[in-house]
Amino acid sequence: MTDVMIDARDLTKHYGAVTALKNATFQVHRGEVVGFLGPNGAGKTTTMKILTCFIAPSGGTARVGGADIFEDPIAVREAIGYLPESTPLYTEMLVLEYLEFVGKMRGLSGAGLQARLRRVVEETSLGDVIGKAIGELSKGFRQRVGLAQALIHEPPVLILDEPMSGLDPNQASEIRELIRDIGRERTVILSTHNLSEVRVTCGRVLIISQGEIVADDTPEELAARGGKPRFVATLRQNGHSSADIRAAFSAIGESQSVKDHATAGEVIVEVVPKGGEDLRADIFQAAVSANLVLLGLEQHDENLEDIFRQLTTGAGASS
Amino acid sequence: MNQILTIGGRQFRSYFNGPVAYIVICIVMLTLGFFFWNTFFLYGRASAREMFRWLGLILVFSLPALTMGLLAEEKRTGTIELLITMPVTEAQVILGKFIGVVGLYAVLLLLTLPYPISVSTLGHLDWGPVWSGYLGLLLQGSAVLAIGLMASSWTDNQLIALFVALTLSVFFWVLDKFLALLPTNAASALEWLSFDYHFQSMARGVVDLRDVIFFVSVTVFALALAFRALESRRWS
Repeated sequence: MTDVMIDARDLTKHYGAVTALKNATFQVHRGEVVGFLGPNGAGKTTTMKILTCFIAPSGGTARVGGADIFEDPIAVREAIGYLPESTPLYTEMLVLEYLEFVGKMRGLSGAGLQARLRRVVEETSLGDVIGKAIGELSKGFRQRVGLAQALIHEPPVLILDEPMSGLDPNQASEIRELIRDIGRERTVILSTHNLSEVRVTCGRVLIISQGEIVADDTPEELAARGGKPRFVATLRQNGHSSADIRAAFSAIGESQSVKDHATAGEVIVEVVPKGGEDLRADIFQAAVSANLVLLGLEQHDENLEDIFRQLTTGAGASS
Repeated sequence: MNQILTIGGRQFRSYFNGPVAYIVICIVMLTLGFFFWNTFFLYGRASAREMFRWLGLILVFSLPALTMGLLAEEKRTGTIELLITMPVTEAQVILGKFIGVVGLYAVLLLLTLPYPISVSTLGHLDWGPVWSGYLGLLLQGSAVLAIGLMASSWTDNQLIALFVALTLSVFFWVLDKFLALLPTNAASALEWLSFDYHFQSMARGVVDLRDVIFFVSVTVFALALAFRALESRRWS
């Protein structure tokens, strides 16, 4: 891909004596959804504020949609739809009134503006609250208004600072769907603390720690770095001893362990594979031949969490 | 230009969604009514001069309440971030905000029109000084509003913005009241910096280009400082 939509080079930002960002270099291509991951204060928001030209970096520069943040900040802003952290909106305005205001600020007018308004209201399912004051809305709806204002001018690049924070699981999954739809045609950068979020939504992850980018990879690759996945089977014990059960799976994978389940009469078997191979079929077969009833089978890779912890607590901050 | 008007229009409308504009309008109208009619029949003259004398003073005290939130509140709630990251320059944001509040001020001035109109029904009113008085109010008010916007650009606390704006505008108004205590050279310089000195000649019906230039200069200077403050955010 040659369509580089965001090209950040050596971005550095000092706030007085504090260095919020150190030589951050990365590129994001058209059609990518990139997750920005890191602990609080790692520099995610600072990076986003620099890309949207709200603040200037102390060193380095970036191009967004081909325009330089120093030379042509207006063109950069035109290319970006931005949702800042905690969704600051004019709470006294009505939803429609607000979206019209943003549309006009973005240079839309007349029939074009009306068409775009209809489209974003439909995309973000705001139809029912369009006549309400923003201050009266629930957090989930406010977040959608925030997304709608970011989408109104059909920007090629979307920058979303913690779009899912503070939402209940239903709201979060709706917003996630929406972001995935958006990400099919556009370039999206979103920041989050939530690792499962990243796995579902993002094709690529940038992990940032103490102002430095410490990892830049797909979620799968990153998870693989942390070690192998585990397969967890729940079985009905049916009078078999733990040793028997363990023996039944001994031929599979590299190591096996048996634990009692919280529910009486059920056990949990954990199998770690030798390489990255998928053992689910083998586990099923082994359970059948040992006459064990298989109640559940899952692949666990909490390894993204492990690698995140490693990279952001200093242990792996050199990679 | 479109964006300036869009920002100004939004600001203007938002005043009517909150209490501040209504409170300021009520206070101005009530105090003006009291001071004006209190002495009007005593003088027995069909003149609106007293109205301008009082209004000039009342507005210096009350207009900072309209400007205190212009940028401070946007900074406190974070909406400034969305505003600035739209394709606008800092200058457009400042001008838009200024136009929005001047629009509200114009409404306030329109609401005082019944005073000269009712005076004109009581006797022969010379409308010349009325129009020049209104021009003076508009110019002095613009300067006070620009100073308020500047104060609002320095902080994210509305109260601080209010007190800074009040202190500055009252200072400029009061400058020519202590001239007797000063040596002549200093006195004439200070008099020239005083709002009231320039305003009172307009309220008398004299439109001197120097007075106009004075108020416009103060306005432009304050707006430029507000622009600098808003822009400095990028480099802090």
